[in-house]
Amino acid sequence: MNRLSILTASFYVSVQTLAPGAAQARTLVADPLGSPMWEHHGAGLFGKDPVSFDPRVIVRIPQIAENQRVFPVTIDARALPQVKRIVLLIDLNPIPIAIDYVPTGAEPFIATRIKLDQRTPVRAVVQTMDGSWHVAGSWVDAAGGGCSAPPVSRVKGDWAEHLGEVRGQAWHESAGETRLRMTFRHPMDTGLVENIPPYNIEHLTLHDATGQSLGKMEVFGSVAEDPAFTVLVKTAGPVSFEARDSAGLRFAGKTGA
Amino acid sequence: MKIDRRGLLLAGLLAPAAAFAEQFAGKYQPQAQPIGEGIWMVRGADEAIGFANGGAIANSAIIATDAGAVLFDPGVSREHGLALGALAQRLTGKPVGRVYISHLHPDHAMGAAAFDPAIIHALPATRAELERDGEGFSDAMYRLLADWMKGTAVVLPQGDLAGGSTQFGGRPFRLLALKGHSGGDLAMIDERTATLVTGDLVFHDRAPSTPHASLPDWRASLGVLAGLPHKVLVPGHGPLDRDGSAIAQTRDWLDWVEQSLHKAVVDGLDMSEAGDLPIPARFAALKAARYELQRSVSHFYPRLEAELLPKL
Repeated sequence: MNRLSILTASFYVSVQTLAPGAAQARTLVADPLGSPMWEHHGAGLFGKDPVSFDPRVIVRIPQIAENQRVFPVTIDARALPQVKRIVLLIDLNPIPIAIDYVPTGAEPFIATRIKLDQRTPVRAVVQTMDGSWHVAGSWVDAAGGGCSAPPVSRVKGDWAEHLGEVRGQAWHESAGETRLRMTFRHPMDTGLVENIPPYNIEHLTLHDATGQSLGKMEVFGSVAEDPAFTVLVKTAGPVSFEARDSAGLRFAGKTGA
Repeated sequence: MKIDRRGLLLAGLLAPAAAFAEQFAGKYQPQAQPIGEGIWMVRGADEAIGFANGGAIANSAIIATDAGAVLFDPGVSREHGLALGALAQRLTGKPVGRVYISHLHPDHAMGAAAFDPAIIHALPATRAELERDGEGFSDAMYRLLADWMKGTAVVLPQGDLAGGSTQFGGRPFRLLALKGHSGGDLAMIDERTATLVTGDLVFHDRAPSTPHASLPDWRASLGVLAGLPHKVLVPGHGPLDRDGSAIAQTRDWLDWVEQSLHKAVVDGLDMSEAGDLPIPARFAALKAARYELQRSVSHFYPRLEAELLPKL
């Protein structure tokens, strides 16, 4: 087993702890994108649950990967009823999952930025409460090196000076909903660059004023350096959020206080 | 079916023929458009760099002089530069005697590989930027353009130009040392025909690209260009400008992109949402508008967020 497959395996371990008893070999529905990794990722993610390619899941991406270190993706699954979980999957990345989001008190909507290590499918894999999976996405052409080049702040050498700087803002949308944007200064080291061990934000949690969970997210090293997240939470009141990185550091913020 | 030795031999002879059928057959065919006495524009495709167009997307200018042709921007690859050189020879009866490179971007600069470095000139900043980014551009162009790039190496220009009046082969020019589209942007006026050749400081009916842009510097340079008397303008991309509208159009687009992205951050949009903003009807004639807006989002958005989102 090489290093890459160990890494990949560890993702499925963490994914499977969220969906116990899932993984088992079976024939998956054919992939319209023809990805060479579809069967492999499908076996890890879907288990026996039904899978469909669903136009109700919208993946908004630009026409061109202008910067393979910072490629924006917005997933909007609001047309689907009762969404349980949103996984952002980049088939051919060495770190194939970027985020795994459970919008407990939020709309099934998430925007962030990812690294691309080569031309690859970029997909939203969305699970509804009935257990079924709804998939959408497309191929993105990209030059190599998004995951295996050092972050800009490592090259500049100033990452530690800004580590954990948090910015954020809330916008009240209609009907008791709040659009929340959060950015964190963080190198998001993948572990794939020589002499730089993996170091990334791992968890992000969102709470309302009463301490009720609005959403939780697993975050992996394929999320871009200085990560940014946009979510739609179902509250009109203050929102507190907290990110935790792989060294146990916590970066918290509160909006609308 | 019986396969004898002769049949095997024959099959062996035919197999390479099948392989040859796959051979790359792309050929640059630059076309010249006369502008005035002894000066031509060569139009690039108003598209993104891609295999289908061989990367030939930038405009070039060819100017006849007694000492050989002047070629302003030699294209994207060695083959492209050679094709432009052959065109210049046909038009002027003389080989290329001087090459100017307007700025670092590969669609304008990498065709230098077709010429003797001693005759290739650029601003000092352009040479320095090509020293920094040339190999990266080369990798990117080989990935996108494959065989179109064959034989192309990074050839650095002499970084020996400064603004001011000059001449070559008895033909007077005025060089302008500007910046804003990149760290060094060369423009020139052919005094004999009052033609202003702008490189990528001016785009015309094709959306401006901003990968190394400093918008305040770019606006200042557009101000300089607008103040120079000229009859026609050869933009870096897009058709010849005869009515003086291209400078204002370039400025209008840059202002709109900057204001729109600023507003998008203030309104709470993420990058891919900002890239999907509606493009005003007045830019309907601009080719590649959505593509360049999304590239500009990538170039400017994270910095705008760091500036505009409140620190918590």
